[in-house]
This record gives sequence, C-alpha cells and structure tokens, in this order.
Amino acid sequence: MDQPEFEDLKPRLVLTGITKRYPSVVANDDVSLSVRPGEIHAVLGENGAGKSTLMKIIYGVTKPDAGTILWNGQYEAITAPAQARRLGIGMVFQHFSLFETLTVWENIALALDEHIPTVQLAARITEVSEKYGLPIDPYRLVHSMSVGERQRVEIVRCLLQEPKLLIMDEPTSVLTPQAVLILFKTLRRLASEGCSILYISHKLDEIRALCDTATVLRGGRVSGSAIPRNETNESLARLMIGGELAECHLAPRVPQEVRLEVDHLSLASPDPFGTTLKDICLEVRSGEILGIAGVSGNGQKELMATLSGERLSPDGSMIKLMGQPVGTLNPAKRRAHGLTFVPEERLGRGAVPPMSLAYNALLTGARYGMVQQGLILPGVMRTFSKSVIDRFRVKCGNEQSVASSLSGGNLQKYIVGRETMLQPKMMIVAQPTWGVDVGAAQLIRQALIDLRDQRVGLLVISEELDELFSISDRIAVLAGGRLSPSVRPAETSIEQIGTWMSGKFGDGASDARPVAASRKEAVNA
Amino acid sequence: MIALVPMIASTVVAATPLIYAALGETVVERSGVLNLGIEGMMLIGAVAGFAAARASGSDSVGFAAAAAAGVALSLIFGFLTLNLQTNQVATGLALTLFGVGLSAFVGHNLAGMPVERLEAITIPGLSAIPLLGDLLFHYDIMVYLSVALFVGVHWFLTKSRTGLTLRAIGESPGVAHAIGKPVLATRYLAVMFGGATAGIAGAYLSLVQTPMWVEGMSAGKGWIALALVVFGTWKPARVVVGAYLFGGVTQFQLFAQGFGLPVPTEFLSMLPYAATIVVLVIICRDPKTILLNQPASLGHSFHPTT
Repeated sequence: MDQPEFEDLKPRLVLTGITKRYPSVVANDDVSLSVRPGEIHAVLGENGAGKSTLMKIIYGVTKPDAGTILWNGQYEAITAPAQARRLGIGMVFQHFSLFETLTVWENIALALDEHIPTVQLAARITEVSEKYGLPIDPYRLVHSMSVGERQRVEIVRCLLQEPKLLIMDEPTSVLTPQAVLILFKTLRRLASEGCSILYISHKLDEIRALCDTATVLRGGRVSGSAIPRNETNESLARLMIGGELAECHLAPRVPQEVRLEVDHLSLASPDPFGTTLKDICLEVRSGEILGIAGVSGNGQKELMATLSGERLSPDGSMIKLMGQPVGTLNPAKRRAHGLTFVPEERLGRGAVPPMSLAYNALLTGARYGMVQQGLILPGVMRTFSKSVIDRFRVKCGNEQSVASSLSGGNLQKYIVGRETMLQPKMMIVAQPTWGVDVGAAQLIRQALIDLRDQRVGLLVISEELDELFSISDRIAVLAGGRLSPSVRPAETSIEQIGTWMSGKFGDGASDARPVAASRKEAVNA
Repeated sequence: MIALVPMIASTVVAATPLIYAALGETVVERSGVLNLGIEGMMLIGAVAGFAAARASGSDSVGFAAAAAAGVALSLIFGFLTLNLQTNQVATGLALTLFGVGLSAFVGHNLAGMPVERLEAITIPGLSAIPLLGDLLFHYDIMVYLSVALFVGVHWFLTKSRTGLTLRAIGESPGVAHAIGKPVLATRYLAVMFGGATAGIAGAYLSLVQTPMWVEGMSAGKGWIALALVVFGTWKPARVVVGAYLFGGVTQFQLFAQGFGLPVPTEFLSMLPYAATIVVLVIICRDPKTILLNQPASLGHSFHPTT
C-alpha cells in the first residue's frame, strides 16, 4: 500500500491491534495502520464504522482496551490531549471548539500553553494564516464568521503548535466546493513540508483527489487498504459498505398545481447570531422536489422555522399552502393543511428525547386516527409506530424504546418515516440524511422520490450537493439569507452552485440559461 | 451650586455599597454562575462587620470580618452549586433567606447600639480646594477603594489572561474544560470574590451609612445590585453608572421630601427603583444587547464528565 516516495522514510505513527469495546458495541477491533512523514492518509468508512473512536484514541481522548501506538519509533501511551499536543499531534474537530463571543486571537491564546503578548500573537496568526492561504483577521469576533472561516481558525490554532501529524475529522462537510479546493491546497502544502495528515471522510471523490493512501474501516475492522487514485468510487464503496451502491432513479414528471408558495418573505432573526431572511420567493408544485443547497448558517434554520410555523410571518399571505394563506398560523394548524416537516435538530425538535417512539409518533400523527374523543388509542398508535420501524428498517428495541436511546441516524430514519407516512400534501425536510449511513441514506432518498411520484410537493434543504443533484427537480441556493434562482440539475454544475453558495448570484452574476430576469419568474418556469 | 454639593456627596455614599456588591456579582456572572444570594451575604457582612468593629474598635477589622463572613457564606453556595450541582437560582434564593434569618439571630443583641462612624479622610492640599475639594476629596477610604475596585475589575475582565479564561468559562465551560482550563476552581474563586464584595457592601451600610445594626437593613439593595448587573449588560462601567444613578435619585427624593413637594412620599420613595430600571432598560432596549453580552452558560451547572 505504500507509495514509493515514502518507502525510505520511517513511519511517524504505527497503530497495531487497536481494540476498543463499549458495552453494546465493539468500536475498533484489531485495527492497524501506519502513516509516514508527509503522507496524506485517508481513513474511510461509514458513520459508525469506528473512524472517530480511532482518532480519539490517537489524540488521547479515549483509552484503547488493547493495542499499541508507536510514535517516531517509540511506544507511547497517550492519555490526554495535552500530551498528544506535546508530541506534535494536532486535531481539527468536526464540531468546532471555539468561543463565539471571543475574538480569534483570544480563542487561540486560550489553547496555547505558553503566554504570548497580544500583538506578537496576532502577528504570528496573520503570518501563519497567510503562509498557508487561510487568511483570517485576528481581531474579529468568532460569531461574526462563517463556518468555513471558523474552520480556518481551528486549523491555524493547530498550525501554531507546529504539528507533525494533523488529524482532520470530516473537514469538508461544512465547506463550499470552492473552499474545499483551498483547503486541499493548504493540506498538500503542509504535507510537502513533512507533516503527516490523517484525513477522515466518507466522501469518495475527495479522498481520490487528495489522499496518497487509504485505510477503509467497516464495522470497526479494517476491511481493506488502497491507493485511492488507482481506485474507482465503486471499488472504494464496495470496501466501505461491502456491497454495491444503489442509484436513485428520478423519472421525469410534469409538476402539477402549486402546493407551497413563498412570496417576498423578509424576516429578521431574533437570535443575534442568526441570519436575516431577505426577500425570499419560491414555489413548490405537486410532484416535484425543490432542493435548497447552501452551507448551514446561511438562513437554513430560519427558513425552516418560518415555513413550519415555529416563527410567524408578518403577513399571512407571504406563505401559502395549497393556495391558502398560512403565514400567521402555528405549526399544528399548518399540519392540518397537509404539511409535514422534518426539522434539522432531531432531539428536541424532531422528537421528544425521553418519550417512547410510539408517543413520538402520536405527537405529529394525532389526527390520523390515533385519538378518539380526546382519548389516545394505544393500539393504533403502536401499529403506526411499528410500521414506520419496519418500513424504514429502524434499528431499535421496539416501539416502546425511548427516542434518545437511538443513534442519530436511526432516529432520523424514524422521524423521516413518520412524516412521510402521514400522507402529506406538502413536505419540508431539512438535512434528510445528516449522520445517516450510506445504505439508510439511499432508503430515505428513495422514500422522498416515491412521495414525489405520488404527487406530493417536497422542499429539501440539504448541505450535501450530490444528494440534491440526485433527487431534485430544481435546485436553488440559500446564501446569506437570500435565495438564488432555481435551475434544473441537468442544466447546472457543481461549480455554478458552489459560486452561488458564496452569495454570487444577484444581478447578472450568473449566466445559466433558466435564470430569468426576475427570481419569481424563474421559479415559476 | 453650593447647595448641590451635599446632595452629590450623599449620592456617592448611597451608591458605594451597590458598586461593591454589583461589581462582585459581575465577576461571578461572567464566570457563568448566577448567585442570587447577594442580599443574604450583604446582611451577614453588615452584622459581622458591625460586631467586629464594636469589639475591636477598628473599622478595618470590621470590614475584614465582613468580607470573611461574605466569603464563608459564598462557599456554602459554591459547594452546593459547583460540587453538588444544585440549581443555582433555588440555591441563591435559599442563601438570601438563610442570610436574612442568620443575621437577625446573630445581631439580636446588637440592635440599637452605637458604633464609631468611619470618618472621611482629609487629603492635605486637595481637600482644601474650594468646591472641588468638597465634591471629590472629602470621602471615607471605602469610596476611593470602590473606584479602585472598578478599575481593577475592568482591567481584569478585559485585559488580563486570567480574565480571558474566566470569560471563556462563562461562555462555554465544556469547551474550556476540553482545552484544559480549570472550570470549577475558577468559578469557586469568582464566587468567593463576589462573597467578599457583598460582605463589604453590607458593612458599608452598618459602619458608614447608618451607622448601626438594624435587622434587614439592606432593604433590597442586594436585589438592586443584581438588576444593575443584568441591565448594565455585564459591563463594569455601565454597572457603576447605574449604581450612581440609583444613589442620585435616592438622594434627590430625600431632598424633595424635605422641601415638601406636593407629591406623595410613597411615589418619591419609589423613584430610585423606577428611574434606575427605566434608564437601564433604555440602555439595553435592543434584546440583542442582552443576548450578546450575557455569558452563555449563566446559571447552568457544569458536569466535567459529560
């Protein structure tokens, strides 16, 4: 598996037989891998394959039950992140560990072991960030920064400690395609200077473009090693999921009558860290899926809250369901019009964590025969709940299991299943496959397409561009609280959507053909 | 103009205990802990300071004893909320009730007894300046120390590295813990600092303002200090301005009552509370101001294991 150029170098890190057991699951089973200086090594696997556990073991957050770690030829028992940092191991987490109300330099100063005066530290931040093409202003407040900029802060914080090994945990899930290219350039430059990189991901294209070597995990075990650029997506996927990837099939349909209409919706966010929605117009017809792309934090949360009725609009006619003005109605009344929705936040919004799955079905399904004269019909409720569990292959004890005991992906399957089985006329889904493994994601996507073919109108808000390209009839982009015109996937490209994601779509910035002069017309087209 | 001098002078004296209590609570809340027990700690400080000053004949001993008593009470709060992770709101309320009761019990035999009032210090030269001398340089030492405390707290919170750690802990104790900051120890020190300043604020009432021990003599000033911290958006300068405003209106209404204005005295007595709240509400009329400045973890217990 080794690349020729690394052969003369001693490995920087060698893991042998790493095993970690949790009460209900073996997270890592006899995992071995080695990384040489200057090597970009991918750790590939589905959610729950044990990638994160392995990285936490290397970074000293988790202690392995068995196995050894060899660092620069020495056996090390890494017991704390501070020790890992001293050895020269840096990690950029998937969910950032930054203080929002503090400035960049304050955040970095807090994580450094030595004390550096403000002016010097700011100068070093600027120097390092420019050297690696990650410009950041040390005096900016973190809450005013985009997710991509925050990731830069995390990376620069690691780089200031001059790491010999950098661990990146799913770094591109929050980036626009253009920002991904910049990140890759930075990582390649680091590698050329001798820094080893462990790159965790489940995105096959990225790994083939960036990584020198790959270790594939499945169910906690190493299922194979590969040189990614000699492989195809299909061969890597076989190693990763142990089978073939099913394809979504989107048969052409002619959309029917308008189900959801949003007319010049502008709304300021009550949250100081939130995004203001600006003049949003859109239309979803029966039998079509409108995909909304964009990086989280660009108004996705606010748009979802406004469409579901969690936040009310200033004017009822700004939002119409089946032609009826519903902008000032609460979520229950909007559901009565035939709307169902899956919020991004599963625990606390999509489900009540300490309640059973059956009661969670009752929450949104009460009017579908589960309640009679004010009394709950437990039989109907349980049957409905069981059918969701069966159809969407939710892994759980039974319908009496509490929602918080399910893994994120399984709960997501249950919530999406519940909402699709309530026979909606219009359905809004935020991040349908976030944290869901590849097989289940396929199941959820197919369920959404099936609904579309039953002439339901669907609005899907997602960060995964590949997903939107495979299931959408039209795609629009939400950036900075503004909505772009919509285009057919066949008539656009990842690059164009990426440009739109950075907010550049107004006033002739884009030359895609279906984009008409007025946004409203384009949506109607 | 000359007539205003005694009013301004008494304003400063009225505001000083609020400054001590509110600046201490600002530090406590910036670390993410909400201590509603200020009123209780002030009363304990008032009675402890009074007793110690009477026994020793020294005001310094009195203030030191008051600070120590405040710290002792705050340690109970710290142990309950930080170690045992009890609800901070409920524990703070209980602390106030406890302080009210305990101070009344301890001070039962001290009521009505005299004590030497802490005298204003004369600064050679400066105090002799006409008008300005009376206005600025004719106070007791605790007034000058309260100004020093303001400067110190402001510097600590905005400039020092420890202050940065404290703010980070108030913002997100989980992240701070993950990068190796001592969350519990920092919060303990903040709570103790708040206890000491609340104790001193109480002693200022019983040794300077009144000077005698009266049951329940703090009369809600602990709650005003709490309101000042919130409406001052956790910024020491705004908190101090709010304290002087409250002191000013308190004195104004006393003078107004003395002049016999045709306004019900109940209305005048209400004025300081109403005016302070109104002005501070106007300062932070945008709800975002509070949201942006409020320490994000304020009032939440922190479990290092989860």
